[in-house]
Order: sequence, then C-alpha cells, then structure tokens
Amino acid sequence: MSLLSSARAAVRRTSADPPPTPAAPPAHDELTIVPARHPWRWVAAAAVLVLVAQFLHGLATNPGWDWSTFFGYFFEESVMQALLITLELTFAGAVLGFAGGIILAPMRLSKNPVLKSVSWTFIWVFRSVPLIVQLLFWANLGYLYDRLQLGIPFGPGFVDFETSSLVSAFGAALLGLALHEAAYAAEIVRAGILSVDQRQMEAAAALGIPRLRQFRRIVLPQAMRAILPNAANELVNLLKSTSVVYVLAIGELFYQVQVIYGRNGRVVPLLLVATVWYVILTAVLSVLQHYTERHFGKGYRR
Amino acid sequence: MIEIRGVHKSFGSLEVLRDVSLSVPAGSVTVILGPSGSGKSTLLRCVNHLEKVDRGTVRVDGELIGYRQDGDKLHELPERLVLKQRANIGFVFQTFNLFPHMTALENVSEARRNPGRALELLDRVGLADKAKAYPRQLSGGQQQRVAIARALALDPKLVLFDEPTSALDPELVGEVLDVMRDLARAGTTMVVVTHEIGFAREVADTIVFLDGGRIVEQGPPVEVLDNPQHERTRAFLSKVLI
Ligand SMILES: Nc1ncnc2c1ncn2[C@@H]1O[C@H](COP(=O)(O)OP(=O)(O)O)[C@@H](O)[C@H]1O
Ligand SMILES: [Mg+2]
Repeated sequence: MSLLSSARAAVRRTSADPPPTPAAPPAHDELTIVPARHPWRWVAAAAVLVLVAQFLHGLATNPGWDWSTFFGYFFEESVMQALLITLELTFAGAVLGFAGGIILAPMRLSKNPVLKSVSWTFIWVFRSVPLIVQLLFWANLGYLYDRLQLGIPFGPGFVDFETSSLVSAFGAALLGLALHEAAYAAEIVRAGILSVDQRQMEAAAALGIPRLRQFRRIVLPQAMRAILPNAANELVNLLKSTSVVYVLAIGELFYQVQVIYGRNGRVVPLLLVATVWYVILTAVLSVLQHYTERHFGKGYRR
Repeated sequence: MIEIRGVHKSFGSLEVLRDVSLSVPAGSVTVILGPSGSGKSTLLRCVNHLEKVDRGTVRVDGELIGYRQDGDKLHELPERLVLKQRANIGFVFQTFNLFPHMTALENVSEARRNPGRALELLDRVGLADKAKAYPRQLSGGQQQRVAIARALALDPKLVLFDEPTSALDPELVGEVLDVMRDLARAGTTMVVVTHEIGFAREVADTIVFLDGGRIVEQGPPVEVLDNPQHERTRAFLSKVLI
C-alpha cells in the first residue's frame, strides 16, 4: 500500500514534465469487481416459468380436474379411514421390516455358515418375488395348509389354528410387506455396518465391551449415518407400495378411491385425492428424515 | 506382569513372530523398537489377544491370555471371556480410534459406565474442559490424550501403546509424551512401541529391539541405545538417531 502510493506520488511529480503522461493506473483498493452476467440463465428461467404458468393455468381452468369433487372427498370420512389404514400398514411394515433387517444383516455378515446362508437365501427370495405375487400367495395360504399347528418340530402339536382364521387379509398384507421390507432393509443395514471403520470394532474389542453392546452402542449409531438416507428412501417406497395391497381388497387409500370412483365415475379427481395425500405423507417423512439425520450426525459437524 | 514364552505368529505363509519370549515386570516401562514390518504391532496385539498366537503362551499377571490350559492342551476361550481379560488391559492405538459419535467424556466412560471417574481421568490428561467436545473438534494430540484416558478408565493392570505419537504433527508429540511420562512415574506397567528414542532413553526400564519377528537384543537403555551389541540394532539406531 505504502509502496504503491509512493510510486504514484513519484508518477505525479514527473507528470509535471511537458510530455503528458496518461492517467496513473488506479491503486488496487480503487478497483471494483463487476460480477459476470449470465443472460442465458434469465432466458432459461423465463422459459421454464412460462411452462409452469401454463400448467397451473390448466390445473385451475380445465374442468377435467374437477376441483370441487377433489375437495369434496379430500377429507371425506371413508378417505380418512383409508388413510389411517395406509399409515398403519406403512408403520407396521417399516417397524417389522427394519427389525428383520437388523437381525438379517449381522447374520449375513457373521462367520457362521448356516446363519450366513439362511440370511442370504431369505434376502434372495424376498427380493426376487414381486410384492403383488407375494401378497396373493399369503392370502391364499389356506389352500396350501388348511391348518397351522404349534408344537414340537416333527412331533406332537399343542395348539392348532385354521389357517384362514389366523391369516386374515390384513395379516397377509402385513406379512407380505414385512418380509419384502425385511429383505431390502437387511441390505440397507448391511451397507451401513460395512461403512463403519474396522478399527472402531477393534477399539471396542480392546476395551472388552461385550459383543452385543459393541453393536448397539458403537457400530449401529455410526452405521445409521449411511443407513438413514437409504432407509428414508425405502420408507417412502413402502408408503407407496401399500397401494399394491388393494389386490387383497383392504380398504387402504388407493383401494378406497377406486371404490369411490367406481361408484361416481370421477376418476381423475379421486386419483388426485390419493396422490396429494401420498405427496403430503412423503413430505412429512422427509422432514422426519432431516431431523433424524441431524441427530445421528452429531459429532460429524464441526 | 507379562510373561511371553515362545510365541510364534504367521499371517498365511508370512512368519511375523518367531519364538518371541519376553518378561515385563510390574511397574516397569518396556519400549519396543524395530524397523517397520518387524512385528512390533503384532507382538503388542498378541498380549491382549487382538491377534491369536499360533504357538507359545502369553500370561498377564499369571493368567493365560486367550486360552485355558488343560493338561497338555490349550483350549481357546470363548469370546466373552477374552473380552473380560481385555477389560484389564489398556490399549492405545496409533490412529486413536476414538468413537466419533461420542463426546470425549462419553468415550472415556463407555467401557465402565462411570462418568465421574471419566471426568477425573480427563482432568488427569489435562482435558477436563474438553469433556463435551467431539473427537472431530479436538487436535490429534488432544484426541490421543482422550484415548489414553479411555484406556485408563479400565483401571488396567497394564497399558499397551502402539506408536501413540506416529500419527501426530511434530509440535503435538510432546503433550502426549508428557502424559505417558506421568503415567510411568505413577508406576503404571507400560509396553510402548515408539520411534521416540529420547522418550525411550528417559523413561524405559528395558528396551527391546525386534527385527524380522525375533528379539535381537534387549536391556536397559544405556546398553541397547549407547552400546548396541548387534549390527542390526546399530544400523537401525543410526537411521533413527540422525
Ligand atoms: N492382519 C494381517 N494380515 C496379513 N499380514 C499382516 C497382518 N498384520 C500385519 N501383517 C504383516 O505382518 C508384518 C508385521 O506387521 P506389524 O506387526 O504391523 O509390523 P510393525 O508394527 O513392526 O511395523 C508386516 O509385514 C505386515 O504386513
Ligand atoms: Mg506397527
């Protein structure tokens, strides 16, 4: 700074001489930064805004959307009940599925060849069978085994049930969703466990921490960071997969709107009722995801 | 305190420890020196059974580590009992290996679930004010001091250090060595793998020089460091002591 200004002073002094020197270059603190212009950004944004406006205009003016029917059914009682069933299926499917995943993943990673192959086979089978096929299969279990018995394997039984009384349509749906979810959850949890540095297990082992507590206190909380984004994805998937359960005539959201438009023929607004509820529930899940990720991210932010 | 007799260890066809025998008296400090790959870490890890020995025995305080002797047979102990044995032996890793999702205090209190004692130990390594900090918020030297407090939380019979200062910036080495010096003064039984010759000279009762999986020579610092008998020891020291 001082060097520069004295240099400028020197220039001024010599500028007293006859040959007129051009104006001295400005000092560095007199320079202003002009941000680069991005004209194409404006063009692209304008083009997209026009399209969005056109779409919104269509939503508002096209009578096909039939907004009055939409609002008429959005909070309608049977829709609310169906929504509750969708939530129940999602919640129970997620809890049972991830409980299964937390058991299956360590099994697949264990050194015990039997546990390993049982877990591998389970995941292989339940990932390969389409959910809808599985649901129909469980619902028709009664054709295969008309009675189920609880007792000593290959020995006498203590209690037995009629299959159809034990596996209701709702039970079949839950069973199918849980098994399907467990297979996917197992892989998500396994990926999480594999993401934990081997040296963490070693440090825990060196402290003599019992095996189960190592998993619960050291491995799982760290694995959660890798598990959560995938688990949230899977949960959203599950939420929408519950709509497949309509094949078992269970009154969840999608089934219920079908029943209603079967009666009144207003297909589009009723599909929209279901869609908007799925969108809202997904948004709620995303918010939950944000806070859960923040919880398990503690110690990783500076 | 530690009695190692005739220990052999191989990884596949690679013989890493060959017939190693070593005694470490209670309250003493033993420093293990040796070139990279000579088996120092492996030897240390055999003492708390992080590695299984192929042959030979390791005893801590008279107790056979990792096995139960029955006549002329050694039966491998179930993991539960190995973990119990480890709970009396502190281990400090080169890379600290603190639990990143736990605060310094939680790291130290995890093994014994005793936050009061953990805070005392953090104070002892000069980090009471960092109790609530997560490992990422600490410097390398501070992390290693927390790791030492975590090992001490076991009230261990002995503490094993595997190159505790090798992952640290030079200006942070001193604070960790200070803590270790204090421990040695307090009579903690310590086995330390390190390349800090100055520390070894000052603190060690015995220096063990390991090369190619064998103990080449051992003795007090004045003998091994200032008057090494073996060509290999001399060659190694000339490289470390530039
Ligand atoms: N788990 C392992 N599997 C295979 N080789 C290993 C394993 N651990 C160590 N080694 C090998 O054993 C030798 C001794 O290793 P180490 O005890 O770590 O040496 P040091 O600590 O003296 O540098 C090295 O050649 C290393 O590559
Ligand atoms: Mg090493």
